[in-house]
Amino acid sequence: MSSTLALAAHDSMTMLRRNLKHAARYPALTFSQAMTPILMLLLFVFAFGDSIGASLGSGPGGGRDAYLAYLTPGILVMGVAGGSMSTSVAICSDMTGGIINRFRTMNIVRSSFMTGHVIGSVVQTLVGLVLVVAVALAVGFRPHAGAAAWAAAFGLLLAIAVAVTWLSVALGLISKTVESAGNKPLLVQFLPFLGSAFVPADSMAPGLRLFAEYQPFTPMIETLRGLLSGTPVGSGGWVSLAWCAGIGTVGYVWSRRLFNRTTTRR
Amino acid sequence: MPPSVMPTSRNRNMLGAPAVTAIGLRKSYGDRTVLDGIDLTIPAGTVFALLGPNGAGKTTTVEILSTLVGADGGQAQIAGHDLLTDPDGVRSAIGVTGQFAALDDLLTAEENLLLMADLLRLPRQQGRARVRELLERFDIAEAAGRRAATFSGGMRRRLDLAMTLVGDPQVIFLDEPTTGLDPRSRRTMWDTVRGLVAGGTTVFLTTQYLEEADQLADRIAVLDGGRIVAEGTADELKARIPGSHVRLRLADPAGFARACAAFPGASRDAENLALRIAGDAGLDALRSVIDRLDAAGVPAADFSVHTPDLDDVFFALTGADTGVGAGTGIGTGTGTGTDTPHGSHRPAAEETPR
Repeated sequence: MSSTLALAAHDSMTMLRRNLKHAARYPALTFSQAMTPILMLLLFVFAFGDSIGASLGSGPGGGRDAYLAYLTPGILVMGVAGGSMSTSVAICSDMTGGIINRFRTMNIVRSSFMTGHVIGSVVQTLVGLVLVVAVALAVGFRPHAGAAAWAAAFGLLLAIAVAVTWLSVALGLISKTVESAGNKPLLVQFLPFLGSAFVPADSMAPGLRLFAEYQPFTPMIETLRGLLSGTPVGSGGWVSLAWCAGIGTVGYVWSRRLFNRTTTRR
Repeated sequence: MPPSVMPTSRNRNMLGAPAVTAIGLRKSYGDRTVLDGIDLTIPAGTVFALLGPNGAGKTTTVEILSTLVGADGGQAQIAGHDLLTDPDGVRSAIGVTGQFAALDDLLTAEENLLLMADLLRLPRQQGRARVRELLERFDIAEAAGRRAATFSGGMRRRLDLAMTLVGDPQVIFLDEPTTGLDPRSRRTMWDTVRGLVAGGTTVFLTTQYLEEADQLADRIAVLDGGRIVAEGTADELKARIPGSHVRLRLADPAGFARACAAFPGASRDAENLALRIAGDAGLDALRSVIDRLDAAGVPAADFSVHTPDLDDVFFALTGADTGVGAGTGIGTGTGTGTDTPHGSHRPAAEETPR
């Protein structure tokens, strides 16, 4: 059993190296992934920050800084969700190219193909995340978080990345073309919009508000906001982790089923 | 201390055991039968060619034998490993080069090969040495640092095959290895295949080109409509092909009917009002055909003499001829009525000329 695990780890590492090489060869991809949340951050803070911020109650730096503090956790979650979803394209591109058949006719641990993609994508997403945080800090984001809160925030973002990436793998596997694989993730990427990422849920219309309150990204965003602003997170942390576990499990089981189905013998 | 009979990498084929055996392989996609019971036996260290037109089931056969696709029925052993019970054993013994180059376009040639070495879990030094050797052998050493995406068609095939060989497989599947290659690249590929076999590897190749099978294969099987319609050495297959023939086309159905009566042994193509009369193309034979036509009082609209070339062998065996022969399938066909080559299921075995 342990040798099976060792083989799986070895093969996954090989696949990971391949994906990291891709990422290193095309750094533009990582950057462009980080660009969407960064542009969103700048747009919302500088275009709408004063007016939306005013309703949040002005902090020491006026409405804009208050809004920056409110918005940054939402943008981070959105960046993680969006970045993770790019896995769909990479998976679909491999599945529709010839290389997957080569992997499948080799005596390697089958899941390593997906594991390598997931780890690679999470690493890439985290690199993008660092860029987003750097920009947020540069424009005046001043979190009130101790080391433990930072660690918890990182852990939460990591959990979201892993969960969403597995879902992304499944979406890549059901896609027949790279184009459609590129479109499906948009739904997930923009789900934070319909949560509390940009404005508080209780400011929304009743129907949307109900959706915003119960969709998975809202507790994640609220928890991250609590951790970074030094306010209590309550049960939100556990709710978020439960969502991550749920999404990740669904994504993982679904992916495995899809991948094995296309290789089903008989 | 390993026993002295331990097979070395070049003496690993089990004594006389065939490298590939398959019995009754069947595969359908929906109601379309792709393979309708395939039996194969390929001795170790030989080249076997599966010859057939597009849609005959060549690729499906390779996909099944290389564990990519499960068969609906039948069984097979490759290098002593059962396809169903030990697919990983099969995978560790084979190398597959498909119809389309299975490369990572974003990696360089060298990185592609190293990826294979890593996936084969070769020790680092050994893997690097093997990669260097293959880069030299396949004449891509100078392009080793270039991304595969920039390679020409011939280079892609060479790199693809080199990747297949990193693990030094016992049995290699080559699915239409030269389709789309220029003549020079094709010769290079042939030389490579010969080199592999000289080294003791068993090669299973599919091709649409009879010349390729003729050049390379120890044994050839002709696949058509999901069945093997003929099998043997190149010479044996050629001997099965009718020699020269005369093709007669008649002006009208009445003439066709009378001509059919005059040449009861000829194969008929009612749709084109044509007859194919076997026989050598000698003067006497021709004279006798003309005499019989005159005696029957049938005017021929068209009269031509054919001497077979290699393509005729293929056409005759697969019933893919556009002239006489293929037409017989139309009336008796059990097919689904579709006209696509993939959808039609010709009763190929019945058309096999003797």
